[in-house]
Amino acid sequence: MNITVTLLAQVIAFVVLIYFVNKVLWKPLTDMMDARQKKIADGLAAAEKGIKDQELAEKKALDVIGEAKKQAAEIVGLAQKRSSEIVDDAKNSAKSEAEKIVHAANTEIEQELNRAKEQLRKDVSAVAVAGASKILKKEINANEHADLLKDLAAQI
Amino acid sequence: MSASEGSSGGGTVEYIQHHLTNLCVGDCDPVTHKAASFWALHLDTVFFSYALAALIIIVSWRLGRSLQTDVPSGFQNFVESILDFVAQQVRDTFPGKNPLIAPLALTIFLWVWLMNFMDLIPVDLLPLLASFLGIGYLKVVPTTDLSTTMAMSLTVFALILYYNIKTKGLIGYGKMFLFHPFGKFVIPINIVMTAIEELAKPLSLGLRLFGNMFAGELVFLLIALIGGSAAIGFGLLLVVPLQVVLDLAWLIFHILVITLQAFIFMVLTIVYLGMATTSDH
Repeated sequence: MNITVTLLAQVIAFVVLIYFVNKVLWKPLTDMMDARQKKIADGLAAAEKGIKDQELAEKKALDVIGEAKKQAAEIVGLAQKRSSEIVDDAKNSAKSEAEKIVHAANTEIEQELNRAKEQLRKDVSAVAVAGASKILKKEINANEHADLLKDLAAQI
Repeated sequence: MSASEGSSGGGTVEYIQHHLTNLCVGDCDPVTHKAASFWALHLDTVFFSYALAALIIIVSWRLGRSLQTDVPSGFQNFVESILDFVAQQVRDTFPGKNPLIAPLALTIFLWVWLMNFMDLIPVDLLPLLASFLGIGYLKVVPTTDLSTTMAMSLTVFALILYYNIKTKGLIGYGKMFLFHPFGKFVIPINIVMTAIEELAKPLSLGLRLFGNMFAGELVFLLIALIGGSAAIGFGLLLVVPLQVVLDLAWLIFHILVITLQAFIFMVLTIVYLGMATTSDH
């Protein structure tokens, strides 16, 4: 075999072809395949994470529901207690109010009675003075007989 | 190639020789059409190998513009599987990482396979078409030209030397010649043995591919001669079917051969470069 320019031409072709195969075939395709691999791995990881998140969320939801139930029961209990308290308070205040009213009425009645008694006494003394003066046909000095009149009024 | 040469008995050798002669331009022997000095270009070899290289680049470029990341189409799938196959070979046989090895292996596999594939085109078809254009000689399979196979194997050899020196250092590589494989007491033998071992790498690479493809081409030529050498008449009834059956059988077998040869060239390149980049020898 002779070493000819053909050999040189083929070497150049080979080297250039390696360069181009690397540039237009190997690099783009392996980059793309790597990207695809990464995408798939990411997708699987995301799916795994999603499942885990869902499990966590379900657990959390159950916890929240339990808590809410407990709180609701507490609130209902409190409300019942409060309502019975309110009813009791209302009862008590009504009772005391009624007592107060009754008491006030009694006091007023007593005062009225006393006032009437006083008036009566006054009237009686006036009537007695008037009666006595009529009988004696003489002016009686009220001041002179004040003690007498007072005794008389006290006897009524 | 014209039929008149094949029709006579004495034309058989001439027919085969004619087929195995390159289209030589430049400084060529006017009688044998062999290269006479450095300035002789085998135009057919260069033309077909360059055309196939251009085909690889153009198809790759067109594929690269329509790459689908999510749902690859049929052809992209096919190319991806070739890439995966080559990458797997590199992973299996090449120690460490090197950005050059995989593209190199892929280039060898694709280019050698395509050049070998030219062997499956009927042997007389392209030379006959060329003869209409006034081209007297045409050898369509670039890998049946030693210039092609040796060009590749010598490039690989240059890379072997480069990586040997890069990994082991000039002194380390020299030491390998002195103390390998028999230790420090038989240095002269070691030098000869290691030199043979190193030189055998490019030679075996280039000659194996050349030999296989040359022999395959020769068998195609011989099969083509069966019909061509029979006289027009009764003999054709028997001989033509025989030629068709034999040609088909060799064609199918040859698909295996061309793939295997491309694969071997690629794998041996990876192995040799792997050996060159390992420092412990």
